[in-house]
Amino acid sequence: MLKDVNSTENNGKTRLSEIKNGIQVRIASFEGEPDYRLKLNRYGLFQGDLVRVVRHAPFDGPVLLEVRGMEIALGRGIAANILVEVPACDLP
Amino acid sequence: MRFALIGQPNCGKSTLFNQVAGYRAETGNFSGTTVTFTESKVRLNGRVVQVVDLPGTFTLNGTNPAEAEVSKYLTSHEVDAIINVVDATHLTQGLELTLELLPVDRPLVVAMNMMDEASRLGLNIDGPALMSRLGVSVMPLVASRGHGIKALFLKTLQVAETAVPPRDQTLVVQDALQRHRLAGQLAEKIISQGQRRVSWRDRLDDILLHPLFGYLALVVILSIFFQIVYGFGKLIEAPVLVIFNAISSQVASLFGTSSLMGELTVGLIQGVSGGIAIVLPYLIPFLFGLSILEDVGYLPRIAFLMDGLMHRLGLHGKAIVPFILGYGCNVPAVMSTRILEERKDRIIASTLAVLVPCAARLSVVFGLVAFYLGPSWALGIYLFNIFVIALTGRILTKLLPEDTPGLILEMPAYRIPTLKNVVNKTWFRVREFIVEAWPLLIVGSLLLAVLVYYQLSSYIDVLVRPFTWLLGLPAETGVPLIFGIFRKELSLIMLRQALGVKDFSQALTYLQMLVFTVFVVFYVPCLATLSALRRELGWRSMLAVSALTVVIAMAAGLLVRGLGSIVLR
Repeated sequence: MLKDVNSTENNGKTRLSEIKNGIQVRIASFEGEPDYRLKLNRYGLFQGDLVRVVRHAPFDGPVLLEVRGMEIALGRGIAANILVEVPACDLP
Repeated sequence: MRFALIGQPNCGKSTLFNQVAGYRAETGNFSGTTVTFTESKVRLNGRVVQVVDLPGTFTLNGTNPAEAEVSKYLTSHEVDAIINVVDATHLTQGLELTLELLPVDRPLVVAMNMMDEASRLGLNIDGPALMSRLGVSVMPLVASRGHGIKALFLKTLQVAETAVPPRDQTLVVQDALQRHRLAGQLAEKIISQGQRRVSWRDRLDDILLHPLFGYLALVVILSIFFQIVYGFGKLIEAPVLVIFNAISSQVASLFGTSSLMGELTVGLIQGVSGGIAIVLPYLIPFLFGLSILEDVGYLPRIAFLMDGLMHRLGLHGKAIVPFILGYGCNVPAVMSTRILEERKDRIIASTLAVLVPCAARLSVVFGLVAFYLGPSWALGIYLFNIFVIALTGRILTKLLPEDTPGLILEMPAYRIPTLKNVVNKTWFRVREFIVEAWPLLIVGSLLLAVLVYYQLSSYIDVLVRPFTWLLGLPAETGVPLIFGIFRKELSLIMLRQALGVKDFSQALTYLQMLVFTVFVVFYVPCLATLSALRRELGWRSMLAVSALTVVIAMAAGLLVRGLGSIVLR
């Protein structure tokens, strides 16, 4: 499996904030406060969901995700606390 | 008979509500516009039905006050039927709430909204299949165009009058994750993806959210917006003022300038002309433009672009909704802080929201600064305001330490605003000025006429003198500043009268206009906003916020006086 030395940790899982535009990933786990997991759940983001990173906002701004046709912007701090798996076929 | 509209944020509940009830609820193409419930009576087949619009919620176990409103309402009020509004383009998410509503022992109808949008995206939704799986009626709806509303309500009436049939218990799950999976499976079975007809949204986002062009577009869009408001307002303000000034000097010579009757009539004309000539010419195009930007869905895009910068400046990313609403009016801005979970967040967000120059203060900025110094100075005041808000935010986050929560924001699809909705929304807000503020303006002007006639205004001026003296303003500005607490427009309208001039440039230097406007922009919010603050945060916080704004206004005023005396020489 291809690995980016700088961004890969936690058994091959990557932080969502580090995924490049246009890549589809699967949500592996949530870190940080449990409150956030619940909040993300309410927006329809759960462990195991496939999401596509649409774009990143400049100045360390939010990450725009596409989840089943809906677009959600997540602040950088939140995105950094979401660990994702990159399906091998989607690696550039 | 009472029907409750329940659905996730931005699914179009308020749009549906307004279609049946007339324009009563604020709508906007972003989450969290409705934070409390609105009720209206609707005539249906000769019967009168109460319809209630509840705030958008993702779940019945919501944690923020706006979401908690929904389950509180359901348990405390008699509801004869629930209309669950679901956005057909986000069916998977929407069904999660529907599944949660199934165990609620009330007649339920699912309104599948935005069917036009869904078919544009090439989504084929099998309504009958969903109906048989859920065991409740599913009705198609295009609320924005008014399609399917009558059928929906007739169906709901019919369902409300029959007993609730027992519902399929396999669909009742308590766990959120299980519900999520179940909703996903359901959606998969009833949606088939056809040909997606347009991808203009993606192409538009490629430009409007671009790291470089996005900011250029933002600057261009906001400048055009400003220029139109300024151009339109100026076109009306100058000639109308000439007419009213002519009338008022005619009247003054009729009664004699120093009689009480003369003062009162001139005061009355000042109050009326202030509304027509100074406030409405800027207010109407501003609110019209803001409504278009809201309905198109551009506001969340601004939030997306600005979040990184705002964080850097110490500002809350989530405070963006109150922040943007604040440019229209601070009252809904303060109320919208209910979408924040933490009380600390709400205090910070509402403090910052009341510093945002609302449409009333816009009339001071435009009527005084843009009119005499030019539109770029007005834009300068807005930029300076953002700088001060950012600084205040930074200090407040230091004082109330916490980890800055990140932004979670749905990015809505672009929607072409309907003229009807934009006009209605503009009228909804303009009417607020005409009904609530304008009478106050006229009464204020009359009161001032009495104060001037009995030479009482100087006492008020003396009270405020320490402030006006420090800011290098004439003592006569004291009364307008005090009355500005009632309504911000009063500061400008009464200023003319208090100074005894028809043209501000006869009594104020450009620098004084600038300092006065900056002070007006920041100091104590108007009465309506103060009462909203008291409702949301309590007396103590309201007083603390007021005191803080005076400090900020003084500091900003002194800074502008200092800088301005160098630049405007």
